[in-house]
Amino acid sequence: MVKISPAEITPEHVFLNRRRFMAAAGAVAGAAALAACSPATLNRSEAPAANVEPALTVALGPDQLPAALAHAEPTASAAQDELGDPLNTFHQITNYNNFYEFSTNKEAVAGEAASFKPYPWQVEVTGLVNKPMTLSIEDIYRRYPQEERIYRLRCVEAWSMVIPWIGFPIAALLNDVEPQPEAKYVKFITVYRPEEMRGQRSAILEWPYQEGLRLDEAMHPLAILATGMYGKPLTNQQGAPIRLVVPWKYGFKSIKSVVTIELTDTIPATTWNTAAPHEYGFYANVNPQVDHPRWSQASERRIGETGRRETLMFNGYEDEVAYLYEGMDLSRSF
Amino acid sequence: MSERTRGDVQRSVAQDWRQASFWWAVTLGALAPLAWLGWRAWHGDLGVDPINTINNETGRAALIVLFLSLACTPLNIIFGLRRALTVRKSLGLIAFLYAALHLANFIGLDYAFDLDLILHDAVLSMPYILAGSLALLILTPLAITSTRGWMRRLGRNWKRLHRLAYVAGMLAVLHFLWQAKAAERDEPLIYAAILTLLLLVRAPQVRRWLVTLRTRLSRQRPPLRRTVEQARPAK
Repeated sequence: MVKISPAEITPEHVFLNRRRFMAAAGAVAGAAALAACSPATLNRSEAPAANVEPALTVALGPDQLPAALAHAEPTASAAQDELGDPLNTFHQITNYNNFYEFSTNKEAVAGEAASFKPYPWQVEVTGLVNKPMTLSIEDIYRRYPQEERIYRLRCVEAWSMVIPWIGFPIAALLNDVEPQPEAKYVKFITVYRPEEMRGQRSAILEWPYQEGLRLDEAMHPLAILATGMYGKPLTNQQGAPIRLVVPWKYGFKSIKSVVTIELTDTIPATTWNTAAPHEYGFYANVNPQVDHPRWSQASERRIGETGRRETLMFNGYEDEVAYLYEGMDLSRSF
Repeated sequence: MSERTRGDVQRSVAQDWRQASFWWAVTLGALAPLAWLGWRAWHGDLGVDPINTINNETGRAALIVLFLSLACTPLNIIFGLRRALTVRKSLGLIAFLYAALHLANFIGLDYAFDLDLILHDAVLSMPYILAGSLALLILTPLAITSTRGWMRRLGRNWKRLHRLAYVAGMLAVLHFLWQAKAAERDEPLIYAAILTLLLLVRAPQVRRWLVTLRTRLSRQRPPLRRTVEQARPAK
């Protein structure tokens, strides 16, 4: 395990990124002005926030969404990712989901999730922090400017997609709760509603689903909490109304429908690691050199394509994230 | 056999017709999943990941039809269903067809004929792919030697050779089981159980016991229907 000193928790570029947010904050007071943003500006961090101080009044309903999420039709600022690969379609992304809470059949999840009720929703941020908070989804919309991030998603099953998420860096949220120096990890928990999630009624996995990151991983500016996709709020099958997206890790790390974020000093138990420790590690970084015990991770199939693509180290985000794992044996810490 | 009466001939014609319709029903039934897959492909209805759909559907069909062909002999042993023996060959060949389509999809659509990647990334590094490949490798000579000519030429060895179908079945189940996640092992485990049963029936002791049981039972009550010309006994 790599030791993290408190000083390292916020890397400089994250800090700078946050300052960029802060500078933009307060420029415009409300969601109405956000509506003026053209899709092209979505992926810049210029979308203003009304308030960075806790504001727990609930004024926005799910019908009054921030502009970034208020598009009637699927909308994205670009047709491809930074490597020039085209986005997957809205239909593909919302009809091919690993969300065992609803079904183990990827193409059946959308139907099973249709009756899930994501509103009202609250996220509790707790644990080793100075300022624990409970935020409604409306508070989250209001506090954190929603921006577009076009990311590749690489499933551990060796398929991938390119997805235009809307969300915000989880670092912004973590900074607001002020992690204590002992905090080393972030634990995430999915909502537990067996009456609405039929998969939770059988013991295929330990429920509720739980995931975790090292705190410095969570603070990385590429790690976001997503609230939408293609300019619309997340569909139920994608983990509405809020989920984690960590693009350099296998998809199962990007936990859906999050209700609890807890900072801890011990490594959190994670669902797939508990289910099959030799197959799914805590880190689960996309790595073409470290095979799954039963299949190769060297190649992947992009949904919608025939043939295979070479899997990229850290899913193509090596330049951005490799420093997090310096000195680690990634075949052991897989 | 005495000279055939008119009644015998009529019965024999009816018998032939029943035999033929049974053969066609089973054969077309075994081909139905392929027709359904083709229909869905034609209408662009193979889902978000058509390659995966084709993979799953052809794989499942190959396994089920192979098991049906393996069930023919046990069905005859246990229930005296001689008619089952007439569809054994066509079921075996259709199982091979599904397995070949499963492989063609894997090579052509999934890996786009990237032979280097197939060899190093798939066959040699994924044990379940190796198991599946071996299963198909075994089924190939069985399909080739399924004709009467080969049956004659191979004589007693034909039977020995075709017992390998069970090995192919085992490898196919292993192939299915190996790639499944813990939460998805129910289906392959059911196939494993079925195959175990089929194999058990072939064990000499069990077989003898079942045959004795059947003859004893059939002596106690009158047979439902006696065929004029008995089908060739099971080899």
